[in-house]
Amino acid sequence: MTGSTLYALTGAALVGIGFFGLISAQHLMRRVVAFNLIGSGLFVFLGAAGARSGASDPIPQALIITGIVVALSASALAIGLVVAHARASRRPTLPEEDGEA
Amino acid sequence: MTLVLDLTLCALILAVALATVLGGGVFRAIVFFIVYGLLLSVAWVRLDAVDVALAEAAIGAGLTGVLFLSAFGKLARIGAEAEPPAARIRGFLPAALACAGLTGALAWAWFALPVPERPAPDLATALPRAGVENPVTAVLLNFRAWDTLLESIVLLAALIGVWMLARDEDWHDRFGLPQHVRPGGVMANFGRLLPPVGVLVGVYLVYVGADRPGGAFQGGTVLAAVGLVAALAGLLRPPRVTQIVWRMGLVAGPLVFLVAGIVGAILGAGFLTLPEPIAGSAIFVIEIALAISIAVTLAFLVIGPPEQGHRE
Repeated sequence: MTGSTLYALTGAALVGIGFFGLISAQHLMRRVVAFNLIGSGLFVFLGAAGARSGASDPIPQALIITGIVVALSASALAIGLVVAHARASRRPTLPEEDGEA
Repeated sequence: MTLVLDLTLCALILAVALATVLGGGVFRAIVFFIVYGLLLSVAWVRLDAVDVALAEAAIGAGLTGVLFLSAFGKLARIGAEAEPPAARIRGFLPAALACAGLTGALAWAWFALPVPERPAPDLATALPRAGVENPVTAVLLNFRAWDTLLESIVLLAALIGVWMLARDEDWHDRFGLPQHVRPGGVMANFGRLLPPVGVLVGVYLVYVGADRPGGAFQGGTVLAAVGLVAALAGLLRPPRVTQIVWRMGLVAGPLVFLVAGIVGAILGAGFLTLPEPIAGSAIFVIEIALAISIAVTLAFLVIGPPEQGHRE
């Protein structure tokens, strides 16, 4: 097994772990954290594909750097919404899940 | 030997990711996520992607961690930081199966995809005309300049979104919550120790980005972090939305980028295509302007909308 295959499988597993966190967590902050796990898992998958034939490819690297910055700005907006929602409702969860908690 | 290192690193990354998702408590999840980001940047070095490693360490682990921790602090002030009790067991098995299926599908796709031909022949022939030696910078600011221009506008759009969450009566206040720091404590000392080193590293990363790993994103992020450290240590009062100088800093990068694109069109090369003789100097100017805008935008994104706490 080559190094890039190992990292690609790690990236695939990270997407799965992050997706699990996204759908199983109720606290909205945990969901944003899990969403970031999915994103970085996909970046690792793409980066491993770029390094697949030995030489590293700058095009996926540039796309990943763009992706990391956009992920931060999306997270900042999501976190801002979570804090605003918690302020308005005094709860860090979505309204339809309050009954089950 | 290297395979052992890769295996250990991947196992560590997966273990920390699992701890992030499964561990009890929101605060623990955030701390594990920061550790995860740092481990991931080591993985990027192993994948021979040093530019991405710098971006991941600075943005993925650093700024995202500060963002989550400060949001946790805000939630704790309203008493909304705790998880609902015993809520996380619900639907464990179907969720786990769905996620295992997703991972399996991605792994299958990896083995089903054809191995690409590398190094990309088009890029190798175009690189000498890019004006810079670092191929990642050449792709970011020359060959795929559209992506980077739109990305800098996405950052602005996200910041406007965050500002829209401010309450009307807070609009003229300073950003974020006021920081109270124990005099002589760890934070007060680090707040004085780190910024000079951080400014040096940030400016160096921007400057060196044309030829070696680094660039506007990595350097700008380090500069944003310097501002945040100084603000968290109470040494720098956060500015207000209404201050025109900061607003100019926000738009400088996209504006210079757009002007350079139009100049390219006037010179006959086409919009956002840098003509070969001026490509090197044009990229240098764009990088400096972008680094300023990225530093200001990221710092404002992380510190959050204006809040009334400053008036207390």
